[in-house]
Amino acid sequence: MIRAEHLTKNFGSFKALDDISFEINRGEIVGLLGPNGAGKTTTLRILTSYIFPTLGQVKYDNLDIVEDSLAIRKKIGFLPENNPLYEEMKVKEYLSYAGEMHDIPKDKLNEAVKNVIEICGLKEKQNQEISKLSKGYCQRVGLAQALIHDPEILILDEPTEGLDPNQRIEIRDLIKKIGAQKTVILSSHVLSEVDATCNRVLIINQGKIVASGSPEELKAQSAKQTKINLKAEGPVDSMVEAIKKLDGVERILNAKSEGNIVSLEIETDATKELRKPLVQLLLDNNWQLLEITKQEKSLEDIFVNLTNPTKY
Amino acid sequence: MNHILAITKKELKDYFNSPLAYIFISIFLVAAGWLFWRNFFLYGQASMRYYFALLPWLFLFLIPALTMKLWAEEKKLKTQEVLFTWPINDYEAVLGKFLAGVIFLLIALLLSLSIPISISQLGELDWGIIIASYLGSLLLGAVFLAIGLFISSLTDNQIISFIVSVALCFAVFIISEDIVLYVLPGFLVNFFQYLGLGYHFASINRGVLDSRDLLYYFSVIFIFIYLNIRQIESRKWK
Repeated sequence: MIRAEHLTKNFGSFKALDDISFEINRGEIVGLLGPNGAGKTTTLRILTSYIFPTLGQVKYDNLDIVEDSLAIRKKIGFLPENNPLYEEMKVKEYLSYAGEMHDIPKDKLNEAVKNVIEICGLKEKQNQEISKLSKGYCQRVGLAQALIHDPEILILDEPTEGLDPNQRIEIRDLIKKIGAQKTVILSSHVLSEVDATCNRVLIINQGKIVASGSPEELKAQSAKQTKINLKAEGPVDSMVEAIKKLDGVERILNAKSEGNIVSLEIETDATKELRKPLVQLLLDNNWQLLEITKQEKSLEDIFVNLTNPTKY
Repeated sequence: MNHILAITKKELKDYFNSPLAYIFISIFLVAAGWLFWRNFFLYGQASMRYYFALLPWLFLFLIPALTMKLWAEEKKLKTQEVLFTWPINDYEAVLGKFLAGVIFLLIALLLSLSIPISISQLGELDWGIIIASYLGSLLLGAVFLAIGLFISSLTDNQIISFIVSVALCFAVFIISEDIVLYVLPGFLVNFFQYLGLGYHFASINRGVLDSRDLLYYFSVIFIFIYLNIRQIESRKWK
């Protein structure tokens, strides 16, 4: 339903997006994952036609983001980053303003406003000024605004940013509920968020898509590797050197030394059992083993791996 | 059209929900009253000529105060990202905001009609000139509004928006005054005189509604509204 082809966006000499392409099908909940500054907001701004790409194009079915901007915006509900709101307005007033902008006819406007107030649980707050609401309620107002015209597509830029854990869960559940009938694209730099709500994840880093797939697929992909955490006493440099030479060690993710104690995170081939050779290596060199644990990789690790490869 | 009116309504509500509207109208009425009655007793004439000659100087500071937040605040709070992802055209937003300013100004001017009404009790008043002058003031105010609105779209800082608007309005008004024309080479005098707002304002205040003056007012308004729309569109530059 949405097809983005070879999107590139330059801001001056800075390349925010570098030739990214993806497709989003009807009914999917897609998560855009990446560290801050990876290009998530730029991508979403292009999808909502707030800005135009330097190169490449986006099609919604047959509609083009540049040519048919108005028609596309009618299909989209958008919650921008940091949820900007007209704070001096009252909740109900703001939602009917949003409704008027979406050309909802006068006789249906009240019903539409009542409807989104119901869905987003804003009933007790509907006559309050937005500036007086808590952050969680503001987020609901932002979502209600995005839903006022019952859009096919919902685009949410970091919808749970800055909320406390309870509010996060509430908003997440709300998104899941709404997402059952709509296509949803949301961005986040919090993994658990995307893991919990999305059925597909695109991981973006430095303006490029570095991985995509369902959360399960991504996890399976990286199950080829395991991680061993090791703590031992000895000289850090020669220990790293020696371990790197072991068969099955792919790389060392992290090496820290505190006084004489060295902590290492070692990425290894999952098909090989490396704990024994490691312990043997330490014994041979007369380094004291303090701790050794094997760890399955979490989505967190995949993310760190893809977006921040360490140079060891 | 519906979008424009909805935006106008929203901006007018914003004005009247904040102290700004009441402060603006109070200062305007008090200052205008003082400007008028001072001269009235000095010259003892049932005329508003001196009043209308001073009005632009009052507008110079009051109108940028009306326009300074119109775009700057949307930029600062990033609400323009919501506004322009709603299915509206850029020009609708610009016109809606401009119209809100004009309507607000019209309300303030109508309230100041108390001055001509009270002097018409005291002496014979030429209503033709008064009406032309009021129309001239509205047009002058609309030019300042268009300039202020454009400047507001260039920054997210309301103070900068205010100061630059005052400076630009002042420049546009002053270039046809004698003090500027005096230092210009002869062949430029007519040109600058035509460009200056003060020249056209003075001519309407004599009670003459000349199409050339009207054309001037509407062109200046059009130019700044156009620049404003282009400025809003610039976010989409590739």
